[in-house]
Amino acid sequence: MADTIKARDAADVEQAICAALGDGRTLELTGRGTKRGIGRAAQWDATLDLSGLSGVTLYEPEELVLSAKAGTPLAEIEALVAASKQQLAFEPMDYGPVLGVAPGGGTIGGAIAANLSGPRRIKAGAARDHFLGVNAVSGRGETFKSGGRVVKNVTGYDLCKLLAGSWGTLAAMTDITIKTLPRAETEATVLVFALDDGAACKAMAAAMGSYGDVSAAAHLQPAVGARIAATANAVGAVTAFRLEGVAPSVAQRKSVLEALLAPFSALGTLDEAASRSFWRAVRDVTPFAAFRPFGEPDLWRISTAPARGADIGRKLTEQAGAEILYDWAGGLVWAALPPSADANAALVRTTVAEAGGHATLIRAPAPVRAAVEVFTPEPPPLAALTRRVREGFDPNGVLNPGRMWAGV
Amino acid sequence: MPVAMPLPDDAVLVRRAEIVAALRGIVPGEGVIASEEAMRPYESDGLTAYRQLPMVVVLPETTAQVAGVLGYCHREGIKVVPRGAGTSLSGGALPLGDGVLLGMAKFNRIREIDFDNRVAVVEPGVTNLAVSQAVEQAGFYYAPDPSSQIACTIGGNVAENSGGVHCLKYGVTTNNVLGCELVLMTGEVLRLGGKHLDAGGYDLLGIVTGSEGLLGVVTEVTVRILKKPQTARAALIGFPSSEDAGDCVARIIGAGIIPGGMEMMDGPAIKAAEDFVHAGYPLDVEALLIVELDGPAAEVDHLLERVQEIARGCCAATCRISNSEEERLLFWAGRKAAFPAVGRISPDYYCMDGTIPRAKLPLVLKRMQELSRQYGLRVANVFHAGDGNLHPLILYDANRPGELERAEEFGADILRLCVEVGGVLTGEHGVGVEKRDLMPAMFTPADLDQQQRLKCAFDDKSLLNPGKVFPTLHRCAELGRMHVHAGKVAFPDLPRF
Ligand SMILES: Cc1cc2nc3c(=O)[nH]c(=O)nc-3n(C[C@H](O)[C@H](O)[C@H](O)COP(=O)(O)OP(=O)(O)OC[C@H]3O[C@@H](n4cnc5c(N)ncnc54)[C@H](O)[C@@H]3O)c2cc1C
Repeated sequence: MADTIKARDAADVEQAICAALGDGRTLELTGRGTKRGIGRAAQWDATLDLSGLSGVTLYEPEELVLSAKAGTPLAEIEALVAASKQQLAFEPMDYGPVLGVAPGGGTIGGAIAANLSGPRRIKAGAARDHFLGVNAVSGRGETFKSGGRVVKNVTGYDLCKLLAGSWGTLAAMTDITIKTLPRAETEATVLVFALDDGAACKAMAAAMGSYGDVSAAAHLQPAVGARIAATANAVGAVTAFRLEGVAPSVAQRKSVLEALLAPFSALGTLDEAASRSFWRAVRDVTPFAAFRPFGEPDLWRISTAPARGADIGRKLTEQAGAEILYDWAGGLVWAALPPSADANAALVRTTVAEAGGHATLIRAPAPVRAAVEVFTPEPPPLAALTRRVREGFDPNGVLNPGRMWAGV
Repeated sequence: MPVAMPLPDDAVLVRRAEIVAALRGIVPGEGVIASEEAMRPYESDGLTAYRQLPMVVVLPETTAQVAGVLGYCHREGIKVVPRGAGTSLSGGALPLGDGVLLGMAKFNRIREIDFDNRVAVVEPGVTNLAVSQAVEQAGFYYAPDPSSQIACTIGGNVAENSGGVHCLKYGVTTNNVLGCELVLMTGEVLRLGGKHLDAGGYDLLGIVTGSEGLLGVVTEVTVRILKKPQTARAALIGFPSSEDAGDCVARIIGAGIIPGGMEMMDGPAIKAAEDFVHAGYPLDVEALLIVELDGPAAEVDHLLERVQEIARGCCAATCRISNSEEERLLFWAGRKAAFPAVGRISPDYYCMDGTIPRAKLPLVLKRMQELSRQYGLRVANVFHAGDGNLHPLILYDANRPGELERAEEFGADILRLCVEVGGVLTGEHGVGVEKRDLMPAMFTPADLDQQQRLKCAFDDKSLLNPGKVFPTLHRCAELGRMHVHAGKVAFPDLPRF
């Protein structure tokens, strides 16, 4: 069994990486390990556990800024900012349910490294958009920083953007500064029933182009919606639109939206409490949680142009028996496919290539994730650039090698 | 100009005629400009204190031409400086005497407007405002709105990661761009992103945005367009001191309100603006806030009530609420004309662009007054108050010997002060030539090396816009070297499990 090195502070992280470099060993970087199941199934010589780097070091609500050590539990940060009526507006999803891991376990470092977001992505952005500053140790064993603690900053390259979503393949982040934002005072959700996927995507496009100022739009096929408590009794598919803000604004926009959507189909509403629990379930994709009677379906996460979402969903449904949950007004397609030896990778990749976008195999047994590409393969000039970028940070391939692509 | 640019390479300059001929082979017709007179308009950008004629100007019209020019220059070891509209305030588009100035102005078409996906696909030479104008009939707009928006290009906006007065609520360029086509210095053409959200691999689009033309030439951009807010109203609030105004800003945000725009001006800026546009600004106050709320009428009215209440609790001396679109625009007119207004009261002015943690505003303004006395130069301040982005305007007269240098030193001291209080050297104008040599005030050599290694991944010979952003240019081979001595490092004190 591989060694685990538990870093206590940033100096330990630097030492551990230098030691690995010296010994020619590779390191797996983990926070609390909740997303370990995502990525290519590769092997590392040792694990560098960053969960000991924990604690919020700065929080100034009126400056909209929070700094924490990278291993700080996300739940701790979310509770802290909630006490000041703020939130992480990027609404980081919790992969726990779909990966069969206890929910609420992730760290802020993991949230950034995976560039998490949630249904509010369409309005407020992803982790990348709220990531202001970082201290990190590169695969060269060198400590560096980028960004700062102010929300507006163009001083030097924005390395934060690059580290967000790099899955620990460039540097071990030790300290993270993010933007916090006020939490909406209230919310409500407008529901439209029984639309097929194509009509639902049209309804979502209409809503996104309206004065409704919708902060989330999702479409759940009948069997999918039935697995969420708030919509369990809906007849047929559920298309949902979230409105957030101060009460008078939510009320006004609700009538705008209802007038707009009435021609589509029958309407319903979720009040504040039901709306919160519904969107949490959509955020965490709980209808595809890892507890299913007949073997886990393979789960793909597909990002595409919103108007193309239904095309992808339709094809995967017809040709591979997929179940689909559409978020981001159709731009995020969660496709659960009956298990197969190659997770239907060829079908998924060609379908997504036609529509534009990218697909990540989030859940499949390790042998499948070792056999097929988990992240979208890049065309040659881009793949070469990716490799050069990686080599600039980690020329010896010490940090999570092979997690995103073989050799990267 | 105190900032030294890379020395021109004589080996390149002696080949000028041959190079110009080769470039004419790639970009035919009037796309290659080699006469001194015709190159004059390109000798500087918005940072006019710096001037340099390029070796030659090339105005390509197609991606293939851009790729051809870059590939040729890469093979021949010739430097290239990309340019949009040339409004950069940091000298980002300053030419090099031995380099090609690659003007992107002919890339001026809007290729696609896609309302279903709420994006526009545009060429990089399209102006920022033209994007909003192209979609406004359907009630949409492109959110980042730099004050230079009638002139500056989307390509320049991407390169500088530009912001505007509405970016506290709607984000800067990087939050509003989904994809681009990028030509590397080798001539390779890449597509980053598209109409979808987030990168499938590394977020290279996020790195290219704000890279100041050092990583690649952008030949197409996909931007998000948003539905215009239904209504907007502004409050114009005067305060007896900047402390009170700063306190009011903090309390507005503390109350959970993120206004569409929140701008502050200090005494000298208020006076200059009022004398110029007669917007009805109060002249007996030390600080003026414009707070704009946008959204559905019910929301705007509701939040304006709260803002007024907060302002009253912060010793506001005056408070007016716009009751018509004309009045709202009048409130803004003074702020938007602040730069030219200051231009009227001084022969020259120098615009700075630091960001500070907002709570440090009173301290920074006080120290700035001290510096102003020390340097014997006046300063007026406009301030994107919501996000702490400060624009001190230093007034000077370039015709008086030594004043420009004094203004630059004053400016550098202000930026060092911003860093000292926890802020940064530039909030939206970029490092360029102007702040290049101040980078070590904010970054360690290791920080800068890591940034330069990224540069090397895109441009191994450092031919694209060299002399900008980085105070010292290291050779890529040197930066790439690893300093590890196998077996020598052992760390017995690390806990292992
Ligand atoms: C009066 C005034 C007001 C301003 N107000 C604001 C403001 O409110 N907010 C703000 O952020 N900025 C502001 N600016 C600064 C400036 O307008 C912005 O930085 C703008 O984005 C520059 O665009 P441009 O097309 O003029 O680019 P240029 O000045 O031509 O070039 C800027 C940089 O971009 C690079 N570049 C240009 N095109 C490309 C391309 N296609 N591919 C790769 N690199 C490219 C150049 O090499 C250079 O480094 C202001 C400037 C002025 C003069």
